[in-house]
Amino acid sequence: MHLEIVTPEKTVFSGEVTLVQLPGEKGSFEILHNHAPIISSLKAGTVKYITKEGITKNVEINGGVVESRSNNIVVLGEFI
Amino acid sequence: MAGLKEIRTRISSVKSTRQITSAMKMVAAAKLKKNQDKITSLRPYANKLHDVLTAVRESMEEDFENVLMSSRKPQKVLIILVTSNRGLCGGFNANVIHKALDVAEEIYPRQWKTGNLSFFAIGKKGADFIRSNKFLLAGVETEVFDHLDFHSATQLANQFTEEFITGKYDRIDFIYNRFKNAVVQMITHEHFLPVHMEEKETGPAVDYIFEPQKDLLLETLIPDVLKVQFYKVLLDSFASEHGARMTAMHQATDNADDLIHELTLHYNKARQASITKEILDIVGGAEALR
Repeated sequence: MHLEIVTPEKTVFSGEVTLVQLPGEKGSFEILHNHAPIISSLKAGTVKYITKEGITKNVEINGGVVESRSNNIVVLGEFI
Repeated sequence: MAGLKEIRTRISSVKSTRQITSAMKMVAAAKLKKNQDKITSLRPYANKLHDVLTAVRESMEEDFENVLMSSRKPQKVLIILVTSNRGLCGGFNANVIHKALDVAEEIYPRQWKTGNLSFFAIGKKGADFIRSNKFLLAGVETEVFDHLDFHSATQLANQFTEEFITGKYDRIDFIYNRFKNAVVQMITHEHFLPVHMEEKETGPAVDYIFEPQKDLLLETLIPDVLKVQFYKVLLDSFASEHGARMTAMHQATDNADDLIHELTLHYNKARQASITKEILDIVGGAEALR
């Protein structure tokens, strides 16, 4: 599945991933392959994702929104 | 005809002016490029945000009400006038100021006459104009262009949103130069608050899970949209400023070139004339001695 992390100032990451963990408004949650379509707001915290190569990466965000549908995930984040 | 020395001094002074204008042109071009990159990198975010907002609204049964969307009777109006801090950019500032006065007189005549229309000046030139004409000036912001980033736009956007919610203003508008390309700026009058939502299209909505509920989600999304709009306006105006300055300086450089050409012609003619005169004198003198 494809993940994009976008901020107003730049695109932080764009590429294939196998897992994304997000700081949802009501607690952390994960998106795996074939997740149902979801739109959720995010609070400040860490976005963790595992790339296709198996490397785990972390990005700090200061709140935002995530949209995921048909294995396309877009994180609209704001940094401090 | 002016003396040789005078022409020489003028040529050298025009040449140094030409150097300055052509350097300013280069600087403006470089800054324009940098700013255009910022506009380009905002675009994916803005588009995605719009998509998400549309998706949420499409899934809602009835349309949504929010304090930021409430269109009250415009008793008190604020116009945010975006100008530049520096001059030497052609008609950039004058045009946008004219437009502001037009809008005040034609769209808000009642508020304008009763003193319920005030201006917030972003950029020194606009502030100077409002002050010297003794119009109502709600505030001035001149430092935002020093480090133009999303964060500074956010702070301003939040400030105005707050003033709208508390009822200090019933309507907040922008007047600014929209960036089209380096040569063309479009003077734009745009509403900021209340938020105007385009008619929602009824398409096949994707069955999303919404977290939290849709209305709460919208409440967090709308301020984001406002921030993006504000940031976009500042970026556009800043890019336009550099575009306008680049064009103005390009013209000034061209004019200086023409002037130098003309003066050099004059200089050469004068030089020729003086040589001819000298020769005539010598020949005349020699003739007389014979």
